[in-house]
Amino acid sequence: MTVELVAVERRIWSGSASFVLARTTVGEIGVLPGHESTLAQLEEAGVVRIDGTDGTSTTLAVHGGFLSITPETVTVLAEYAEVSDEIDVSRARSALDKADTSEPAGAAAAARANARLRAAGAAE
Amino acid sequence: MAAQIRVLRRRIKSTQSIKKITRAMELIATSRIAKARARVDESRPYAEQITAVLTELANNSALDHPLLVERAEPKRAAVLVVTSDRGQCGGYNANVLKEAEQLQQLLREQGKEPVLYVIGRKGVGYYRFRRRKVEESWTGFSEQPRYADAAEATRTLVNAFMEGTADGGNGVDELHLVYTTFKNMVTQTPQARRMAPLEVEYEADTVGTPGGEIEERREQAAEHANEVRPLYAFEPSPDSLFDALLPKYIGARLFAALLESAASESAARQRAMKAATDNANELIRTLTLEANQARQAQITQEISEIVGGADALVSAGSEN
Repeated sequence: MTVELVAVERRIWSGSASFVLARTTVGEIGVLPGHESTLAQLEEAGVVRIDGTDGTSTTLAVHGGFLSITPETVTVLAEYAEVSDEIDVSRARSALDKADTSEPAGAAAAARANARLRAAGAAE
Repeated sequence: MAAQIRVLRRRIKSTQSIKKITRAMELIATSRIAKARARVDESRPYAEQITAVLTELANNSALDHPLLVERAEPKRAAVLVVTSDRGQCGGYNANVLKEAEQLQQLLREQGKEPVLYVIGRKGVGYYRFRRRKVEESWTGFSEQPRYADAAEATRTLVNAFMEGTADGGNGVDELHLVYTTFKNMVTQTPQARRMAPLEVEYEADTVGTPGGEIEERREQAAEHANEVRPLYAFEPSPDSLFDALLPKYIGARLFAALLESAASESAARQRAMKAATDNANELIRTLTLEANQARQAQITQEISEIVGGADALVSAGSEN
């Protein structure tokens, strides 16, 4: 199936894939080719994994995302997205430490930093 | 005479260094246009996809979201003006500010009170000089806007809109945007557009859809959908998806407008700086000519003084 991950500023990933894993506001969703047509909202700061048909696996941190699925295509719409190997782990970690989780903006920043760490495989 | 030449030479020198600066600014602007246009292209896939998703949702949702519905008695209307941070770009800011004035005039005639929001230092300066109240302003990114900048402005505007003026609220009932569209390298036109209540440009119906016609179009689209479209499952419900998506759609539209304004700004600056460089060249040419004439005149005068002096000596000698 054709998979596209587009952020507002640019297209991040596109190609053919055999499996997509994401977490919506309702729960985790794994998409194989031939999936029922679905529109879903992804959790505010989350991780998406795309397994390409060439055997590669890409993990991305996705913020403010939506998922649109038809039997042949999967599209992830994101406000921001970063591929795991582009993520600056030390920056994300310091952002997580700095974030003040007592207020909503700080909690959101912490969730974003956490998603980036998880995508980079560096979360505790 | 010598003083005149010195002054001319000094002016030539200063014009040459001004020319160097304007030439550099012209080259920078030229490369920025290309970059800004590439970014417009890069942001297109998202715009297309979000429109496709909204079209799908519109077929399955009640379309009664506050962002879509016209308010019965609009009292206050937000006007977001996109200007540049720096000058040296010809009529770019003057044009967009003029368009904003016209829009505010129109809103006042319709009995709505315009509320100003400004992007770019030049706009902020314009309104501060005239002691006009600016509700909120954002600066420092006019040439290279990031989505984060657009998202921040969108959040403020959508919050003000959702608050509204009903029940004595201090918000706004309409959102308007004034920015500059990039037609081509020589034409950029300022344009006023309404952002909310929203006119979603649904797929297939490429024409902007005024609020009242959405319902009708949705029915048409629904009939169409029954024939070809697959049935979608929604997680969560279509209505709450719609709630989450609409502000992002507005954000994406604002971001597109910022990118286009950035391209227009660079194009305007490139043109202004090219004109300045050409003028400097012309000035240098005239001044060099004048300096050479003055130099020639000085030499001629010196020669005639020497000749005159020699003649005087010769005639004085012959009398002896």
